[in-house]
Amino acid sequence: MSDSIVFDPRVLRAPHPVPGAPDNWKRFFGFNTDAKVIGIQYIVLSLFFLLVGGLLAMIIRGELITPPSDLVDPTVYNGLYTMHGTVMLFLFLFPILNGLNNLLIPPMIGAPDMAFPRLNAAAFWLVPVFGVLLMASFFVPGGPSSSGWWAYPPVSTQNPLGHLVNGQFLWILAVAISGVSSIMGAINFTTTILRMRAPGMTFFRMPIFCWTAAAAQTIQLIGLPSLTGGAIMLLFDLSFGTSFFKPEGGGDPMLYQHFFWFYSHPAVYVMVLPVFGIFSELLPVYARKPLFGYKVVAVASFGITFLGLIVWVHHMFYSGTPQWMRNLFMVTTMLIAVPTGIKVFAWLGTLWRGKLRLATPMLFCLGGIVNFIFAGITGVMLATVPIDIHVGNTYFVVGHFHYVIFCTITLGVFAAIYHWFPKFTGRMYYEGLGQLHFWITFVGSALNFLPMHWSGLMGMPRRVASYDPEFALANVLASLGAFLLGVAMIPFLLNMVSSWARGPRAPANPWNAIGLEWLLPSPPPAENFEHDVPTVIAGPYGYGLGEPLVADQDRFIARSEEA
Amino acid sequence: MTPTFQRPSRPSAIGLLLIAAGLLLNLLISLAMARASHGWLPVQASSAAPHVDGLFALETGIGTFIFLGCLSVIAWTLLFNRAPRYDLVDGDPIEGNLRLEITWTVLPFVLVMLIAAHTIRVNHTLATLGGKERVAENGAAPALTASDRAAGTSFGPIEVIARQWSWEFVYPNGVRSTELHLPLDLRADLRLTSMDVLHSFYVPAFRLKQDLVPGSVIRYALTPTREGRYRLRDAMFSGGYFATNQTDVVVEASETFDAWLTAAARQPLVEAPNLAVEMHRKRLADGDHGWATVPPAPPPRVNVTTAVDAPHEA
Repeated sequence: MSDSIVFDPRVLRAPHPVPGAPDNWKRFFGFNTDAKVIGIQYIVLSLFFLLVGGLLAMIIRGELITPPSDLVDPTVYNGLYTMHGTVMLFLFLFPILNGLNNLLIPPMIGAPDMAFPRLNAAAFWLVPVFGVLLMASFFVPGGPSSSGWWAYPPVSTQNPLGHLVNGQFLWILAVAISGVSSIMGAINFTTTILRMRAPGMTFFRMPIFCWTAAAAQTIQLIGLPSLTGGAIMLLFDLSFGTSFFKPEGGGDPMLYQHFFWFYSHPAVYVMVLPVFGIFSELLPVYARKPLFGYKVVAVASFGITFLGLIVWVHHMFYSGTPQWMRNLFMVTTMLIAVPTGIKVFAWLGTLWRGKLRLATPMLFCLGGIVNFIFAGITGVMLATVPIDIHVGNTYFVVGHFHYVIFCTITLGVFAAIYHWFPKFTGRMYYEGLGQLHFWITFVGSALNFLPMHWSGLMGMPRRVASYDPEFALANVLASLGAFLLGVAMIPFLLNMVSSWARGPRAPANPWNAIGLEWLLPSPPPAENFEHDVPTVIAGPYGYGLGEPLVADQDRFIARSEEA
Repeated sequence: MTPTFQRPSRPSAIGLLLIAAGLLLNLLISLAMARASHGWLPVQASSAAPHVDGLFALETGIGTFIFLGCLSVIAWTLLFNRAPRYDLVDGDPIEGNLRLEITWTVLPFVLVMLIAAHTIRVNHTLATLGGKERVAENGAAPALTASDRAAGTSFGPIEVIARQWSWEFVYPNGVRSTELHLPLDLRADLRLTSMDVLHSFYVPAFRLKQDLVPGSVIRYALTPTREGRYRLRDAMFSGGYFATNQTDVVVEASETFDAWLTAAARQPLVEAPNLAVEMHRKRLADGDHGWATVPPAPPPRVNVTTAVDAPHEA
C-alpha cells in the first residue's frame, strides 16, 4: 500500500474554487460554502474591526490621558467607549474565534467541511450585515448607543431625541442579529464535532481545541436565548412603550441585568475556552511533549461550561442582591478556579522537561498563560464579595477584564494565527516581525492594563470621561500602553500581508507537529481528505512516543508533500 | 523511532533543599506583598474598611505565592529546557501523573472553599445592606419602620437622593445638602432612592458601594470611623454627564456634626451649583454639538452646598 493516492488533479481545476485556481481571491468576496474560505473571511473581517475598535480605544485613552474632559464632549466619550466594547466583542472576538473554528475543526477531525455549509455561510454573512448596522449608528441623529455595552435600562431606554431609529435601536438590532449568527454557528460546530469525526477518532482521541470548541458552543446554545430575549424586551421598552424594565410601569430594571449576565458572563468563557484549546494544542508542539493530563484537561472544559452558567449574579453583588445570594454566587464563582487551575498546571507540566522552541506562536502562548494566571488571581479577588463591593465598577474590573480579553484571549488568537498561517495560506510568515509584534504587544498590554488595577483600588469608577487628579499617573501610563498596542499592529499587518503575498512556500508540516491537519497539503484542498479519510489509531499528542497517529501514516505524509 | 529516555531519577537532597529555599523565598515575598497591599488602597474611614483590606491582603498574599510559583516553573523551563538550535528530538513523553493531578485539583478546591468560608463570615460581620422595598404606586417612599428609628446608637435615617446628575441628602431635621455630613463612630442609617436611572453610592474610603435602583428604596447602614473629607462617586454609569456626579462625604466628631446640623437648619435654601448643568448650558451656547443626552435635572435647592475645591483625602 505504499503507492499513494494523490489528490485528484481535476479538483484543482474544478469550478468550485480551490487554492491555486485562477481568480482564487474572488472566492473570498462571495457566498462561498467552503469552511476554509469562510474561516478566512471571518478572520480578515474581524481583524478589520480590531483596527476600528482599537482606533476607538486610542481616542478613549487620548481623552483619559488628562483628568478633565477636554478632547471630546462627554456624550461623545460615552458613545465611543460603548462602541469600543461592542465592536471588540461582537465584531472582533466572536467572529475571529468562529473563523478559527471554521478553519480548524473540519481538518482536525478529518471532516471534508462543516455539517451545514450553507448555514455556515449564512451565519458569516450576517456579520457584515450587523457590522454595517452598527457602523451606521455613528451617523444617525443623536449618535450611536451611549449606554455602555451592557445597555442597562433605564439609561438605555431614555432615547433623548425621541426618534424611532436611534443609536440604541440599531445597537439592539445588531446584537440580536449577532446572536442569531452565533446560534447558527453553534449548531453547526457542535453537530460537526459530534457527527463528522474520522474513523477511529473517539472523543478521547480528539484534539483539545475541538473539546474546548464544543464546550464553548454548548454555552452559546444554552445562554444566547436569554440575551436575545432580554434584548428584544429592551427593544420593546425603548421603541414600543412596554415596561418590562420600567419601574413606573411595574417593571424592574434588575430583571434585565439577570437576562444580560446569564449569557454575558459565560460569553467570556465562550471566548476563553477555545484559547485554552489553542494553548493546549501549541504547547505540545513547541515543547515537543505530550499534553500533560490530556483527559482531565479535556473534561475540565465542560466543568467550566457548567460552572460558567451558574455564576452570573457576581456582576450584581452591589445591586441590592440579598446576602444569601451573594454568598452562593461567590462560592460558584470561586469554584471556577478549580477547572481552570487544572488547565494551567497541565500546561506547566507540559513545559516541564520539554524541548522548548521559542517561535512566535510559542511566545504568544507563554505570554498569554502568564497574563492569564494573573487574571485568574484578580478574578478570585473579584469573586470575594467585600472586595468586589469596593472595586466593582471601577478600573480594577476594567483591568481584570482586559487581562482576560486582550492579554489572554487576543494573545492566544495571535498565537493561533501565526501557528496555522502556513497551513491555510501555504506561505511562511517572517519570524523576526512576528517576534517584534509579540514583544511590543506584551510590553504595551502590561503598560496599558496593569496600572488600571491600581487606579481601581484607589476608587476610580469605570466609564468616566473625567476624573480626579490623583488618578493621573495611572492613566498616563495606561494611555502610553494603549498607543504602543496601536504601534504593535504595524509589524503584524506588514507580516500578514507581505507573507501571504510573497512569503516562502510552506511545507505540509513546517512545525513537525502531530495532528490530522498536518497530514494535509498546505493549503489543504477544498474537501480536506476527500474520499480517503485516514483512520485514527492513537491519541492526539504522541510526541516522543514514536507511534503513528493514523493507519498508513507514511502514505498520507507522502501524499501531503506531493500535492 | 523508539523512545529513548530514562525515567528521571529521584530528586537529590540538594535539589530538595533548593526547592525548599525557593518556596521559603516565595513565602517571604508573598508576605511582603500582602503587607504592601494596604498601601494600594485609600485611607480606611469606615468600620467595613479593615475587613475589606484584610481580605484583600490575604488574597494578595496567596495570589502572589501562586503567581510566583507558576512563573518560576515557566522561568526554569525557559532557562534549562530550551531545545538547542537544529535539535528536532522530542522531549520526555510524560503523559501525566495521577497523584500530581489529584493534588492540583484538590488543593485549589480546598483553598478557595476556605477563602469562601472566611469571606462568608466577614459578610455576616459587615451586614451593611438592609431591606429593599418597592416604592408605593403613587411614588411615595414607604413609611419609616420601627427599625429605622431603633436605638440611640445610630443616626438617621438620612435620605440619599440621586438624580442625573446630582446628589441630595435630607437629614431627619429637614436640612438638605449636596455634600454628605456624617457623625463619627455612629452608625448612619441611609435610605437610598434614585429619581431616574441606576446610580451607585460609592465612597472608596469606606470601601462601600450600593446601587440606587429607581422604583425602590434601599436601606443601608455604615459606620464612619475616621474624621475627614472623602469623595463620594457615582459608580454606576448614569448617562451623559456621569463623570460629574461626584461629591464629598464629611465625617466629623459628634459635637461638630450637631453644631453643623443646627447651623445648617438656619441657612436659606439655595440652588446648588451643578457641573452637569453648567456643561450642558455651555454646550447649548456653543451650538449643541456632540451626541444626544437627556438634559440634566434641575439642581436641588439645599441649605448647604458642596465646598468648592476643598481638598479630599481619598
